[in-house]
Amino acid sequence: MKTFSWRFIRVWQRNRDVFFRLWHSELPGAVAEPMIILLAMGFGLGAFIGLVNGGSYIEFIAPGIIASYGMYAAVFECTYGSFIRMEHQKTYDAIIATPLSIEDVTAGEIFWGATRSAMTGTLILIIAAAFQLVHSPWALLIPAVSLLGGLVFASMSVLYTSIIPSIYSFNYYFTLFITPMFFFSGVFFPLTSFPGLVQDLSWILPLTPLVYLTRGLVTGEMNGTLLMALGILIALVAVLFPISLASMRRRLMV
Amino acid sequence: MPIIKTEHLTKKFKDLVAVNDVSLEVEDGECFGLLGVNGAGKTSLIRMLTAVSPPTEGKIWVLGKDLEKHSREIKAALGVVPQVNNLDPDLTVLQNLMTFARYFAIPRDEARKRSMELLKAFELESKLRSRIDELSGGMKRRLLIARGLLNMPRILILDEPTVGLDPQAKYMMWNKLTEQKSGGVTLILCTQNMEEAATLCDRVAIMHQGRVITLDAPRTLVQKYIGKEIFEIEVEPAKREEMVGELKKRGLEFEALLGRIHVFHIEPDGAKGPLRDLPGTIRSRAASLEDVFLRLTGRSLVE
Repeated sequence: MKTFSWRFIRVWQRNRDVFFRLWHSELPGAVAEPMIILLAMGFGLGAFIGLVNGGSYIEFIAPGIIASYGMYAAVFECTYGSFIRMEHQKTYDAIIATPLSIEDVTAGEIFWGATRSAMTGTLILIIAAAFQLVHSPWALLIPAVSLLGGLVFASMSVLYTSIIPSIYSFNYYFTLFITPMFFFSGVFFPLTSFPGLVQDLSWILPLTPLVYLTRGLVTGEMNGTLLMALGILIALVAVLFPISLASMRRRLMV
Repeated sequence: MPIIKTEHLTKKFKDLVAVNDVSLEVEDGECFGLLGVNGAGKTSLIRMLTAVSPPTEGKIWVLGKDLEKHSREIKAALGVVPQVNNLDPDLTVLQNLMTFARYFAIPRDEARKRSMELLKAFELESKLRSRIDELSGGMKRRLLIARGLLNMPRILILDEPTVGLDPQAKYMMWNKLTEQKSGGVTLILCTQNMEEAATLCDRVAIMHQGRVITLDAPRTLVQKYIGKEIFEIEVEPAKREEMVGELKKRGLEFEALLGRIHVFHIEPDGAKGPLRDLPGTIRSRAASLEDVFLRLTGRSLVE
């Protein structure tokens, strides 16, 4: 952490420039896919599902889609994206020969991943609002929450990226971690469907507090658990961010 | 005061000592050559000097400052031209320079001005909107050097800048480097091209197995290790042992390479003098830095 500075913004700017140069190739993943899932599951599957609290199924899953596709945006950026920049394009090597340190580069990558999460989350929020699925002004806080969730997943993904030998190692990360999280964090069905132990364990997965918090802001039903969810996300960033910086130094400064 | 100074610099990897106790000084404004076979430790040394690899032992001072404590400040004064192309393939030629300028916090207008000047100087103006993968190998290398000059470095560090270039591109590169040197930039040139080192460098250090085994002006090295001329004896493998024995008996300095033997430090008419009556073809020619290099580092290929 000793050499992390404001200069990380230069790396963030680099990634932003590349993104807006190639934005059309990013749109399908960022917007089209969550739209399809939202509409297909919401209207298709939703026609057969009645919720205990009387709401519609599509209203239930909309916040989950915002949270999980925000997660995917950050995760893809900081796994495949970061690994290709680091190993194949040698972009990190080029940057650390300038006044930027490896910590600046890593932080720039993480903040860019988080920005992607916030962009995706906000876009889906706007779409959901257009379908009149958002009922609370608290939803205006969702971009900030998506950014926070993005910081968690970006830090975690960069940490994984910093320790793997080859790009194929991401198979483990996605199959054993990201995909299960997508299904066991309350995106598509309430955690209360599970036995008590599974419900508790589910809170270890960082997507659970993010979905919970996003859903609370969309519905406007405030309670103490929302603060706990916020606290968990902040704590995860506080732990994972410095570890990923240190781990990237260990990998590259040899 | 030397612009770069290292003391007992050592770099160890798991089971390998890549750089072994190197203490050297680079003078302000000189072109300093680093020669060595693959794996001799040149790139490891350069990586330490550019603050991207921490030394296992020893110290480095650049521009009078401790590199460990002032790495950002020092890196701002370095231009680094790597051996492996690490241009940013996601950006165009001009964007590569503009983005790099931002890493050095060069203001936008100034960055644009310098970028255009450099693209012109390196004959890349017509390519400024091209993607990196549309450039030829020579163009990529020129762009790498242009990028290394963007921050107007005090020290330009080049790792094999002309490897794989055609002769035209190579001479252009030498010319650009000479220009930089006359502009007061200190050059550190890592190369395997002996002609390049002899042409451009004021002093060269020859590295072997992690150590600097000799360091001096190219001409002085040639004089010291070879003499004015070098004598080559071609010898059949069967008679090699006998020849080596004979040369030893005559007390001559020589190096037995694959298929031939080099004999050093004898008078121009050596074939009639110290080498008379030897059973092989004897030729003499002007000695070069390559002969020094082979004499000092070639042994491992034979033994």
